[in-house]
Amino acid sequence: MTSPTTRVAQDHGPSLQQQRQRAAFWFLAPMVVALFCVAAWPLLRTIWFSFTDTSMDNLYGGKWVWFDNYLRIQHLPSGAIRWKGTLADPAWWNAVWNTVRFAFVSVTLETIFGLGVALVLNAEFRGRGIVRAAILIPWAIPTIVSAKMWAWMLNDQYGIINVILLNLHLIDHKIAWTANTDTAMAAVLIVDIWKTTPFMALLCLAGLQMVPRDIYEAARLDGINPVKVFFKLTLPLIRPAVAVAVIFRMLDALRIFDLVYVLTPDSKATKTMSVISRQNLFEYNNFAYGAAQSTLLFAILAIFVSLYIWLGKVDLTGEGGK
Amino acid sequence: MSNGYRAGVMRRAALTAVLAVFGAPVMADEIFYVSGAVGAAVENFKTYVKPWEDKTGNTVTMVPMPASTTDQFAQYRLWLAAGSTDIDLYQTDVIWAPQLASQFVDLTAAAKDLIPTEFPSIIESQTVGGKLVALPIFTDAPALYYRKDLLDKYGVAVPKTWDELTAAAQKIQDGEKATNPDFWGFVWQGNAYEGLTCDALEWVKSFGGGQIVEADGTISINNEKAAKALETAKGWVGTISPEGVLAYQEEEARGVWQTGNAAFMRNWPYAYGLGDGADSKVKGLFGVTTLPVGAEGDSSAATLGGWNVAVSKYSKHQEAAVSLAVWLAGPEVQKMRALNETNLPTIQSLYDDADIAAKAPIIPQWKAVFLNAVPRPSAPTLTKYSEVSAKFFNAVHETLAGNGSAADNLAGLEADLTDLKGDGWK
Repeated sequence: MTSPTTRVAQDHGPSLQQQRQRAAFWFLAPMVVALFCVAAWPLLRTIWFSFTDTSMDNLYGGKWVWFDNYLRIQHLPSGAIRWKGTLADPAWWNAVWNTVRFAFVSVTLETIFGLGVALVLNAEFRGRGIVRAAILIPWAIPTIVSAKMWAWMLNDQYGIINVILLNLHLIDHKIAWTANTDTAMAAVLIVDIWKTTPFMALLCLAGLQMVPRDIYEAARLDGINPVKVFFKLTLPLIRPAVAVAVIFRMLDALRIFDLVYVLTPDSKATKTMSVISRQNLFEYNNFAYGAAQSTLLFAILAIFVSLYIWLGKVDLTGEGGK
Repeated sequence: MSNGYRAGVMRRAALTAVLAVFGAPVMADEIFYVSGAVGAAVENFKTYVKPWEDKTGNTVTMVPMPASTTDQFAQYRLWLAAGSTDIDLYQTDVIWAPQLASQFVDLTAAAKDLIPTEFPSIIESQTVGGKLVALPIFTDAPALYYRKDLLDKYGVAVPKTWDELTAAAQKIQDGEKATNPDFWGFVWQGNAYEGLTCDALEWVKSFGGGQIVEADGTISINNEKAAKALETAKGWVGTISPEGVLAYQEEEARGVWQTGNAAFMRNWPYAYGLGDGADSKVKGLFGVTTLPVGAEGDSSAATLGGWNVAVSKYSKHQEAAVSLAVWLAGPEVQKMRALNETNLPTIQSLYDDADIAAKAPIIPQWKAVFLNAVPRPSAPTLTKYSEVSAKFFNAVHETLAGNGSAADNLAGLEADLTDLKGDGWK
């Protein structure tokens, strides 16, 4: 990318600074328009839908119902009252819990493994280029393909995972990974970690390569042991890079859909917020209700990321600390 | 979306432009037909529509979709909600008619000659508020597949009740496991999806436990017989059926069966042709019969499946599309389907057809199975069917997985369904 060429400021014209800003505006404008069309507009429309009673059969005839899709009181014929709406729906909270649990465990493990892989890849050894490229393969395979592939590998009767574990005598009978509600979440986590660790590793590696080598040299001369070097030197120095990677992953993990949808469709143990809102939107006749769930998903995501940035004092501008 | 489809749209646009310039002496329409595609569906479809194309001068392009009915449904719903004019005809599942009725054209008048030749129950399943939403092109009803050789080896008769099936499966499994640790007694579809609604409806109905929601809209699922049916099925998981059956759909069950690792299987007719294929380990070793009953005196139940063709009301070529729908539902194509793909015809006289009896003898035999078929409660629950079905198969899945007793889960299901129904299904 090249910066816009600007004419030399003339005495009576706008200053160079102003001209640059104006040029920047025109360079950015198409991007802003595109973003509005593909991101802001659908988002606003979904939020709008969530306050109406729109159904799939009648997309343009929805009536405004305020917060009914979120929370409302239902008066039963018996005179009793009952809370209804997404916020009072146990299925929704189950999905929220599943999603949060999934996001927390997967991001934590992926960060640890990713960091480990990055440290290995940061070392000098023969064939490092090939290993670096190879490790990205799981990340490069489309999720839907890898999910299907793993579904067969995890199959209880002819899946290779069970065969390997049986031959190693680690298990004594074949495990129904995706069917058993106790192992379904573990199965989804295994596949997600397999798929996304390379991504984390790559981002961590980028951070590691920014660390000046002479610091290690100095630490070595001072005779500090490697574990201490890692925790006192490496980790603080790569923290900004890791923090950004964690935000990316968290955003991704909180809206997980494809893996769960392919591996364990409609299992209560793994159903996430995206899965349940899609189901309400398109499968069931609850378009507005699904829109309300999508809106909540967006809100929860925003809250999580803000909290993380605030609590972790993550610097996203790339300017601080210098 | 496939390139063929896109190319088709382009061609259509080009054609329209040309016609606009030169006038249109003979209107030749290009029709788009969307359908789930398994096996050789695309090639077969070409041969089915060829005579119609030759007769009318129109051309038909098939838009293939994934095999899963749930995936198709969501996509079709989106297209129809958006009023898409790209697709003229939809191949629809038997359960969709009430949910999509307002988006399709009434075919009563166009099919007036065809309707009397069909099974009345199938026509009824596609009629919503007096409107014939879709024309049946083939029907589907599952059966019990059994290994003749193994029944002989262990000296057991073809089971008539679920208890007999359980005992027979256990006996065969105990014997076979000695030499083949991967052997199982009975495989079926236990994943939490529409297929489990089918399987569980069969158990419940054959135990005399009703049809979840009855034709008049009453929610009947919370009863002792239904609970007993589910407890029976729960007893299979981990004993005569692998624990993994709770993640099986049709193809996983067929995988175990066709590699010779199961004594019994519940599946649809398509598995018959494949099981008799050259690469099948069970070729020539198996038979089919009606699904078992709860106890002597109960009647067997097979869930009614099947596919239909519907014309989109947003189609710009409705006349040609309706004509194609009638052709696809007509006796010529149904016969070709029966011979090519072991699809069960919906036209009564085809079960006495000599060619079909000679080349696909299984089809006349299947008539008994199909006549016992029970519809899923899609007609009374109208637009709520998908949700009713999901709540039902989830309650069943929870029971099978051992989370709560059948009685408790069914009581919970009843409460949920009552909630969903509100002051009446709509």
